[in-house]
Amino acid sequence: MIPATFECYRPKTVDEALSLISQYKDEAKVLAGGQSLIPMMKLRFARYPVIIDIGGLDELRFIKEEDGKIKIGALTKHREVEKSELISSKIPVLSYCASEIADIQVRNMGTIGGSLAHADPSADFPPVMLVLEADVVAKSQNGERTISVKDLFVSVFETSLKEDELLTEVQIPIPDNNMKFGYKKFPHPATGFAVVNCAVGLKMNGNTVEDIRVAFGGMTTSPYRDYELEEKLKGKELNDSLIEEVSDSIGEGKDIISDYYADADYRKHVAKTFFKRLANELRGS
Amino acid sequence: MGVVGQPVKRKEDRRLITGYGEFLEDIKLPGMLYAVFVRSPLAHGKIVSIDTSEAENYPGVVAVFTAKDLEGKVNDNPVAWIVPDSNQADVKRPLLARDKVRFMGEPVAVVIAESRQAAYDAAELVYVDYEDLPAVVQADEAVKDGAPLVHEHVPNNIALKWHVKGGDVEKAFSEADRIIKQRIHIHRAAPVPLEPRGAVAKYNPGKDKLTVWVTTQNAHIHRFLLSVILNEPEHKIRVITPDVGGGFGAKIPVYIEEAVVSFAAMQLKRPVKWVETRSEHFVSSIHGRDFIGELEFAVKNDGKILGIRGKNYGNLGAYYSTISPGCVTVLHGLILPGTYDIQAFDYEMYGVFTNTAPTDADRGAGRPEALFFLERMVDIIAQELGLDPVEVRKKNLLPPGENIKTVTGLVYDSADYQKAMNKALEIADYEGLRKQQEELRKECRYIGIGVVSHIDICGFAPSKVVGAVGLQAGQWESAIVRVHPTGKVTIVSGASPHGQGSDTTYSQIVSDILGIPIEDIELVYGDTDAVQMGWGTYGSRGAATGGTAVAKAAKKVFEKAKMLAAHFLETEEENLEFKDGVFIRKDNPEKKITIQDVALQANVAWNLPEGVEPGLEAEVFYDPSNFTYPFGTHICVVEVDPETGQVDFLKYLAVDDAGNILNPLLADGQVQGGIVHGIGHSMYEAIVYSEDGQLLTGSFNEYALPKAHLVPHIENHYTITPSNVNELGVKGIGEAGAIAAQVCVANAIIDALKPFGIKHLDSPYTPARIWKAIQEAKQNGGNA
Repeated sequence: MIPATFECYRPKTVDEALSLISQYKDEAKVLAGGQSLIPMMKLRFARYPVIIDIGGLDELRFIKEEDGKIKIGALTKHREVEKSELISSKIPVLSYCASEIADIQVRNMGTIGGSLAHADPSADFPPVMLVLEADVVAKSQNGERTISVKDLFVSVFETSLKEDELLTEVQIPIPDNNMKFGYKKFPHPATGFAVVNCAVGLKMNGNTVEDIRVAFGGMTTSPYRDYELEEKLKGKELNDSLIEEVSDSIGEGKDIISDYYADADYRKHVAKTFFKRLANELRGS
Repeated sequence: MGVVGQPVKRKEDRRLITGYGEFLEDIKLPGMLYAVFVRSPLAHGKIVSIDTSEAENYPGVVAVFTAKDLEGKVNDNPVAWIVPDSNQADVKRPLLARDKVRFMGEPVAVVIAESRQAAYDAAELVYVDYEDLPAVVQADEAVKDGAPLVHEHVPNNIALKWHVKGGDVEKAFSEADRIIKQRIHIHRAAPVPLEPRGAVAKYNPGKDKLTVWVTTQNAHIHRFLLSVILNEPEHKIRVITPDVGGGFGAKIPVYIEEAVVSFAAMQLKRPVKWVETRSEHFVSSIHGRDFIGELEFAVKNDGKILGIRGKNYGNLGAYYSTISPGCVTVLHGLILPGTYDIQAFDYEMYGVFTNTAPTDADRGAGRPEALFFLERMVDIIAQELGLDPVEVRKKNLLPPGENIKTVTGLVYDSADYQKAMNKALEIADYEGLRKQQEELRKECRYIGIGVVSHIDICGFAPSKVVGAVGLQAGQWESAIVRVHPTGKVTIVSGASPHGQGSDTTYSQIVSDILGIPIEDIELVYGDTDAVQMGWGTYGSRGAATGGTAVAKAAKKVFEKAKMLAAHFLETEEENLEFKDGVFIRKDNPEKKITIQDVALQANVAWNLPEGVEPGLEAEVFYDPSNFTYPFGTHICVVEVDPETGQVDFLKYLAVDDAGNILNPLLADGQVQGGIVHGIGHSMYEAIVYSEDGQLLTGSFNEYALPKAHLVPHIENHYTITPSNVNELGVKGIGEAGAIAAQVCVANAIIDALKPFGIKHLDSPYTPARIWKAIQEAKQNGGNA
């Protein structure tokens, strides 16, 4: 199909982009890799009078280690995240997560910043970013701030970015070597998007849980960290019956997405199953 | 050795793979306008008013048409299958909705503009005021008293009812040890060709000639029906088929959109193009399947099936599509007994209107549904009786033979069902698989083995037979084989390949008969001004019907060439040997003439025998004496994760018997494509409507086609039982894979679930459905 008519700008610098964003505010939409926005525009689910195509901003395309963090420019392609030796050596779960996104064609076009700013509740990165406790950098003409990923996702396709802000960078603290991470996804056969996805970080001290982080996607309008679940496990001796017991609360009391392919009961069940499987894999049983 | 039977690579591929295909979207004509349809967002509603003024004034818009503009100028779209003795309701589809809309996606207006952009923009500015009416989407709901009526003059939404009865049903059921009953819903899916629908129409007022390019499987049928709809004489319409990016049945019907753009081109005297979006395809082309069967099988305790009784509600959607009445009746019921010796049969078939998009042929058209019912029932019978499903099948298979008359009146051309089944069981090591299944169950791992014996009705077909069962068309096929002065050959066929590789297989056939290399032969088809009458490609008829016509024409050419060669070599025909394209005198091998030289002499006609016409070509109209019935056995092995319901394929093995195989490479491709189609329909693809008739799976975001990583490696094997219907001994292979695989996968999955006490589960086999079934079974006391 053909999108509704729009004007398109291609800024050459971040400053130029920020100026355009500040000028057009909510009339404008930022286009990065275009893997989600363009189909939505072609279907006319989304229509914007102005498109600011930042695809040419090479200054936002980098992967580096600095201050104990891995910093990834917003326009870094999924495929670059997947193939980065720095990332696979420091945060292998992130390489794996990137490799699970859609297909190679999409990974060669889609960007990490675009994916996070798009805030699709079924995307691959969010649960993993949540357990890695990543931050994003948001820039505007008035300066920049960092937003913790846990505060980024507001609802479906909605973030806490202000209308004059551009997401420019993702910063991921390099995790403690003793914390093990895992990621599982139930891909929708049509798109590869998660029906449910789950990321877990687990640090054991002998048989005791020293630290645990659990996040889910595909379940509600936003991916979320399950802090209640984490609290139930911290400092406890990890065994099958505890894992079974705590997993019962997953998704309870939440408004779980339900559709013809997977209803709420099934999504909850898959989330529980993934959590249990990841907990067992990571504790090494 | 000839080239027929050799794995010749497709001649078509180089062109298509290097981007030189010429598809409908590639057609651009000077002054061409673009059409975009305004479609109903409601499943059922009265049209109160349509305001087109804003759209008409939008820059670039040339015209906006609604039903009012068509009134008195065109006719409604007729149905091309009127099933005898079925009380088939008289319903014709208006080109644009009049008074009310009957399914989500039904066009109410068309916007014609200078650019596609303008047409899409303006289409959003056509304001239609609807009064919402209650909708009905499921066939067995639609027939109930008080259900909303899709067409007011069709009571209980029953469009037609067809009854097939044979043998002594009462006796069979009274002698049965058990009567096994099951309701089975084979869910709605869609053919989903890679290339969506489209048409370009151009009208020349000087010649009063309408040219329509259309993505179709059957150009001549389009010309015929467009002539009826548009009141334009048939010889004033030329339908041209560009390269077609897949059909699978979706490009058999004559769609109202094609007629509307033709009307627009005639009114505006400018070319008009319409290419649908994928979303429009899902909402408004055709879907398939969606049959609800209520089946009863009379069986003996040893598994012998004595009789079948039952009925089926076939969902037709809101209107008839071109051949849909046949899909829910003739193409379905007559083959239901399958490869089994079942002597009593009583089956009522209802075609039911609902507030959904029309259904029609979807790779198999009625036969996949029949095999699904039958082969699910055989597995259920085995489970009920505590027998091995293969044992039950073997007990009931018809013996090998020819011209086997069935209880429904079909005559199976040639059969050796045991041979195919035994071969499949042996290669798959069926006994070993069953042992493995037992072992793994002890570890709480659940593998399932699906075995089906499949059969298809192909090679459409004896015209008087299809006429007797209501198809408003013939089903013979035509071919011209024309040898040019340089000895190159053009085949002109009434068939209309769209991915089958007929350019290759027909060339192989001609090459063997005339001794002319394949690369010197080319196929022309799909242009009604260049091609004699023919009926197109569908129903696995390309080889059996189209191919046989080609063979017959090539043989006629050969006979003339031989006669001329004898004349040129000054001898008798009996004294000639033909080898590698050369006629050689047996008594004097020095004296010879190539077929190319014969062609030159025939075409210049300087020295022909008295009374012989110039030229070297022949035309054949071939009407087969019977259908063909390919068959085989497929085996599928899956593992089900009982915790998530996810299914992994462990094996898919196909033994097919399509008679003689013209090209094993193409046969493998057809079977594999069909199996992928069947797997998709079984597990991933689902057209789902909400209760109020909103399509929930209207894009590739929701409708999952089977991608490469979602299907298993497929092992292809064959047995060869030549057909006695045609001289090539071929049967047809395009649909068999789809027919067999859909139920084979179902049987494998449900077999895996047997330890939970699950006997049947309706499709699609999504992980959520499987998991739910396991949960319910556990609550009902199933073990495992």
